[in-house]
Formats: sequence, C-alpha cells, structure tokens
Amino acid sequence: MKPGSIPFYLLFVNVAQLSTLTLQILIAPMQNIISVTGLTKQFKNLTAVNNLSFSVNDGDVYGFLGQNGAGKSTTIRMLLTLIQPTAGSINMFGLDLQKSRRQVLQQTGAVIEKPDVYKYLSARENLKLFAALSGIKPTQNQLMAQLDMVGLSGRENDKVKTFSQGMKQRLGIAIALIHDPKLIILDEPTNGLDPQGIADIRNLILHLSREKGKTVFVSSHLLSEIEQVATRVLIIDKGKKVIEGSAQELFDPSQTIVEVDTLNNETTLAQLQQSQWQAALQPRRSHTIILKLNRTSIPQLHIWLVQQGLQVLSVQPRHSLEDLFLQVTSGKQHVEAFTN
Amino acid sequence: MWKLLQIELYKIFRRPRTYIAFGTIAALIIILQVGLKLDGQEYLDFMLNSLSKFDVSGTVLNGYMVCYVTLQMLLINVPLLVTLIAGDIISGEANMGTLRFMLGKPYSRSQILIAKFLAASIYTFLLLIWLAIFALLLNLVIFGTGDLMIFKSSYLVIINHDDIFWRYIGAFCFAFLSMTTVAAVGFLLSIFAENSIGPIVGTMSVIIFFTVISTLNIPMYNVIKPFLFVTHMNVWKEFFDQKADAHNVGIPGTLQNPQRIISSALVLLAHIVGLVSLAVYIFKKKDILS
Amino acid sequence: MKKMLILLFTVPFCFLAAAQDMTDLVKKVKTKLDQVNDYEATGVLKTDIVFIKAPVSKIKVYFKKPDKFRLKKDGGISILPKGGVSVTVTNIVDIASFVALAAGESTVDGYPVKIVKVLPSDENNEIVLATLYIDEKNVLVRRATITTRENGTYDVSLSYGSYSNYGLPDKVVFSFNTKDYKLPKGITLEFDDDVKSSDMDKLKNKKGKVEITYSSYTINKGIDDSVFK
Repeated sequence: MKPGSIPFYLLFVNVAQLSTLTLQILIAPMQNIISVTGLTKQFKNLTAVNNLSFSVNDGDVYGFLGQNGAGKSTTIRMLLTLIQPTAGSINMFGLDLQKSRRQVLQQTGAVIEKPDVYKYLSARENLKLFAALSGIKPTQNQLMAQLDMVGLSGRENDKVKTFSQGMKQRLGIAIALIHDPKLIILDEPTNGLDPQGIADIRNLILHLSREKGKTVFVSSHLLSEIEQVATRVLIIDKGKKVIEGSAQELFDPSQTIVEVDTLNNETTLAQLQQSQWQAALQPRRSHTIILKLNRTSIPQLHIWLVQQGLQVLSVQPRHSLEDLFLQVTSGKQHVEAFTN
Repeated sequence: MWKLLQIELYKIFRRPRTYIAFGTIAALIIILQVGLKLDGQEYLDFMLNSLSKFDVSGTVLNGYMVCYVTLQMLLINVPLLVTLIAGDIISGEANMGTLRFMLGKPYSRSQILIAKFLAASIYTFLLLIWLAIFALLLNLVIFGTGDLMIFKSSYLVIINHDDIFWRYIGAFCFAFLSMTTVAAVGFLLSIFAENSIGPIVGTMSVIIFFTVISTLNIPMYNVIKPFLFVTHMNVWKEFFDQKADAHNVGIPGTLQNPQRIISSALVLLAHIVGLVSLAVYIFKKKDILS
Repeated sequence: MKKMLILLFTVPFCFLAAAQDMTDLVKKVKTKLDQVNDYEATGVLKTDIVFIKAPVSKIKVYFKKPDKFRLKKDGGISILPKGGVSVTVTNIVDIASFVALAAGESTVDGYPVKIVKVLPSDENNEIVLATLYIDEKNVLVRRATITTRENGTYDVSLSYGSYSNYGLPDKVVFSFNTKDYKLPKGITLEFDDDVKSSDMDKLKNKKGKVEITYSSYTINKGIDDSVFK
C-alpha cells in the first residue's frame, strides 16, 4: 500500500465511503483535537521541549517523530498531565487541558512507551480494572472482544507475569481503547512486537482512523511504519519543531528520491557518473543507485538507461520519510559518520 | 471515590505479599499460645517474682493477660507489616510501570492518592482485626477469662474481668490510630521513590530514630518528645489503668488518664492529616517520569 | 508484821491467779470459735495498698478446721499479703502450747478490752508473738497485732454483728507497713516513669490495708478439701 496521505487514501476508498466522509466534513468542520502553543518543559539543566507548537486535526493519524531524547515522550506526558509544562498551553477537544483535565482524559486513551500492567492479575482482570478507572463497566463479552482485537484471546486468564513484552504492548493498547476514546495517543506502540505484530498495529491504526473515525497521535522510531499510516507528520529535534505538515506538503516533487536497480549496478553507476545525471547522484546506502531529481524527469531517466543498453530491473521514486527525517534532524551527521 | 477505593483494595488484596502480614501475625500468636499453654507456669513465676510477699490467687494467666502480653510484643513489630503495604503503595506502582497508566486516567491525583491512603488504612484496620481475633478472642477461648493484672512502672493494676473487654476495644482503636500514622509516614516516603525498599526501610528508620530520641532522658530532647508520634504510639496502654479513690481502691469503668489518651490521639491524628496532606501537595506537582 | 507476811504470800498468788485468767480467757475465746467446724462466707474485699490499684471485689472465703483457709475471687485475681489474712484468730487460739500474759487493758471501738500477749511455746511456730485485745464480756477478739516469722507484723481489727455468737466477724481489716515490700517491677516497656525515686520512697513508708466485709456465713455445712487446693 502506498503511503497514506489524503490523495492516495481517496483512491482506495469506495464511493459510498467518500460520500460519508464528505458529508462528515461538511456537517462538522474539521477541528483541532489537539492544539499546542509555545509548549516548553525545562528540567534542571535541560530544556526537553522548547517552545513547541503544533495542532492535530480531527481524524488525523498524526506521526510524531524525533530521535531518542528529542522530547517526544516528554511532550506526550504533558498531553496526559503526567508532567507539568514550564510554559505554553495545551488545548484538547477545544478545552484547556489544565482546567478540563477530567473531560479531556475521558475522551483520551494512551499507551506510553513499554506499558506495564499488574503482573499478579490476569489480562482480563487488568482490562477490567483499567476500564473501571476510565469510568466504565464493560461486560465479559466486551472485554473478550477487546482482547480478541489485539490478538490476546485465549490468554485472557493468564497472569500477565507470563506475558512477553509484545503481549504486554497489545494489552496496553486494549486498555487504551476499552473506553472507546475519541483520541488515541500511542507512544512507540510497536516496541517489542514481531513483524506480524507491527503489521497488526499498522492495520489497527488504519482501522481506528478510517472506520472508527478516531484521531490517532502516534510516535515511533519505525519511520517506515509511520510513513504508511500518517496523514500528517511532526518532526522535532532537541525539543524544537523542525517540520510539520501533510505528506503532500512535506515532499517536494522537485526533490524526489529515485532508486535505480539494474543487473550490473557498478557499470550503471560508472555510466551515470559520466552523464548529465551525475549531479543528481546521491550517496549509496545499499546495492541500488540513488538519485534526486524532479519527478517529471523520471521517464527521461528510464529511457536513457535503456538506450545505454543497461538492463533495468526497476526505477522507483520514493517519498522517504527516513530521508526527510535524516535531512532535517541531526541524525544525518550520525549516518554519514557511519557510512564514511 | 468509592470506585477508586474499591479498585485500590482489590489491588492490595489480590497481591500475594499482602497475606504475609496476616500469616506472620497468626504464626507468631500461635507460637506464643502454645508456649504459654505448655510452659505458662514458669513464665508466671517470673512475672510474679516481685510479688513474693503476697499470695496471688486466681487465674492470672488468662486470655486477657495473654492478649496483653501478645499486644506488647506485636505492636512493636506490626509497624513493619503495615509499612510493607503503605511504603509500596505509590513506589510499587512506579516500579511496576502502572503509575503513569493510572495517572493518565480522568481521576485527579488527589483522588487517587486519598483513595490509596484510605485503602492502606483499611488494610491496617483489617490487620488489627485479625490481630484481635487471634490475640484476644482465640486467647479467651484457650486461656479463659479472668481479671487482668498489669505491672505498671511503679504499681500494679488489677482490673475486674467484666471491666476489660471495652478497654481492649479502646486499645485496638488507639492501636489503629498509631498504625495508621506509621502508614502515613510510609505513604509520604512512597511518593519519592520508584521502588518500595526505600520507603519501607525509611519508615522503619524514622520509627527507630524517633524511638531512641524519645527514650533518651536528655533535657534538650525532652522538648521535642511530645511532638514525636512514637511518643504517643504506646498510649494504648493507658486503657489498662483505672482511677483510684482516696483509699487507693480501683474504680471500675474509669481510666486513670483519659486526657492523655485524648491528647495523644489528637497528636497522631494531626500527624496523619499533616503527612497525607503533604504527600498530596507534593505529588500533585510531581513530574511522573517513571 | 503479820499483815505484811499475809500480803507477801497472797500477792504472788494473785499474780498467779491473774496469769491463769489470761489463759482461761484465751481458752474461752477458743471454745467459742470451736463451734465452727467450717464456714463459707461471701463478702467484699478492698485492697488499700499504695502500689496495688485493685477494685473492690466480691469474694468467697472458705474455712475448715483446724487451719484450712481459702479466699477466692469469682473469676478473678486476689492479692493478699502473705500470712496475713489467712492467719486468723482461730490460728492463734489453736496454738497447742502457749503462754498468755496480761498486758493491761484498753478500749477498742468503745468496747473495754483486755490486752493479752500470747507467746507460742514452739519456737518453730509461724507466729512469734500475738497481742490480742479481747472483749471479755462478749468473748470476742476486737483487735490483734500479730508478728510472724516470715511475713512481718500486721494489725487485725475485727467488728462483729449477727455472727458474733460464733465469733465470726462482719468486718476484718488487716494493716501492715509496706516499707519492707518490694515494689513490683513490671515486664512492661513503660518508657515514661511518672513516679520519681523520691516519691517511690514515700510510697514505701505508707501503711497497707486489706479490708474484708462479710455479708453472710454458711456455717458447718461441710466443705470439700478440694476447695482449698
């Protein structure tokens, strides 16, 4: 599936769903579910979050990206009132978070990195307990349905101390969703999950967003996963916003990354280096050849390669979030240090 | 709040380590009962050694007496058992990683903290009920009833058998206040730690430290003694003394020093309110980084 | 001269006659008390000892000839000075061999009494010396001061009422000096000693009293020996 920005998404939605979506947008104008202004958190000698402002629209799958220590978890904890901001304001559902904490959190479900639950209770007991904390009393069927959704049916009566980290992650997600919140905050939801688990989470996020109309705020290190689900992205670095926007806004067509793969990439590279394409060549990170050029030039490149007698396997344009990420954060220098 | 309290009690009593305290108390009391039942006479002789010029008749080693001896021994150790839960109540959640889950829910921190403290108090109460069942009721069954003979520091008190039971009710109520104060200390320390060893050790250290100060007869420390909660924790013993008339005849149904009981109870209550309020105040502002 | 000789011979006989009177008086008291083979009495015990704070207690007292005595508090504890309460007037008058010497006269509770010093002949007797204040007219001992070998000296005051015909008192008060009694040192962990050492010395010098007020006697109905175990 192509990266889930709004134009691509619409291609895969049938007409009936499109009508419903349009109606919803017309009836309820898009609102900010989260609106953060000038958010700052100062610990003793460290400014973890520095004058951060962003907004999350209703229905967004909002990717929140940054390196380790960039301030993501601190920001998320401030959204959940676990940490007091030093400065700035947070509005959620149009309400001031400080003044309307209860109403806001009743509509919010969250999983914070490596969630843990009560090890001496079973999965079902934990879910029931946290449901009670959220103010609801689910039936046994509802509890089972929730556990089934995250792939834990059959383990509902097992004590959590027997669970792997991945299973605890799934249970954490079930707990976050048990009270059917409008906003779901996921901090590193794929931690500890195997590839199937990661795919499950991705599909779950898409399901919550597209079928349930939830707003999902997700931070992750797996940029490739975010790329596939996020409608909008915020990248922070050293506590500051670096870039924010939809995929459409962020990826410049004139700076499209193209990946070329042929039967003999060394020969192809040598020929490209002596051609008009030389300036577009980018450092290689694998066996394929990377160029950065205008999107409209891709067909010309394809034709030139064939004319040179090179046996082309693929010419693939990439909207790489990873590339964007490395470009805008200080991560790039670390990658270059490794590759050099 | 009631729902929160139910949840906290559920968590406490679903945890296996909670029952260590109950088991320990039962085991200790049973050992004491067996020992006194089999070897009670020697113990009695030792106790009555200072009354060699008197004829003491009647059932001295009865259920009320054994209960008093039991309480004397156990009420020094019960604080540790109380601290096992109270000291763990926040720090344990931080250690488990569940604290951030809890605090991200709609309930306010004040509500959560007060519910947790109430749950710890109820645990303490149930522990004392358990102690009462084993130390008082079971001892009455095994050793029977009788008058209670208590050695005070400079005199002997004999309380009629029909004038004792209400005193034990009072003593247990006071012991509850004392143990709840210990729970409040553990509770306060618990908010600063991310594992329960620190608050548990810290609470016991505070008790030992203040107990040593309160037993020293150094004038400069006498000033602070009335304000130390440990000074007041043993005042449950005042329930086992009675006023005497001009002829030194004990007056049943009276307390020698009711004022002391009331003032000590108020000091302990003030400690509880102060410590819990401080815990709530600090915790409300605390950044949860665990 | 003749008159002086008569006086010289008769006065010793008068003295002899007086000594015999005391033994007879004591024996008269014994005869009266001998009517009682056993009794069970109900009463109230009051302990007025400065370092014992005990309430008034209902008690039962059992006696069986010659010297079985037992005081029981129903379901309770009684503390009595050793050798005091249990050594009754009966014990004194029952002494097999004794010397009873007149020691004057006095008044006790408004009753004229003869003071009789009783010295047991047996050196091993628990009682070393007893001073009886005997109401000769009613053949009742109103007061006694008893010095024992092991348990010091104490006073006994007796008042009589409806059972005076049997020589059984309505009220007995035992008084003794607490100076020689050890103050009980408890095994309690009392951290605050309210009583300072100088006060404790004052306490020691006071008198202790045990008072038994009898409400009824059941006399000569038989009492099993097991009661005295």
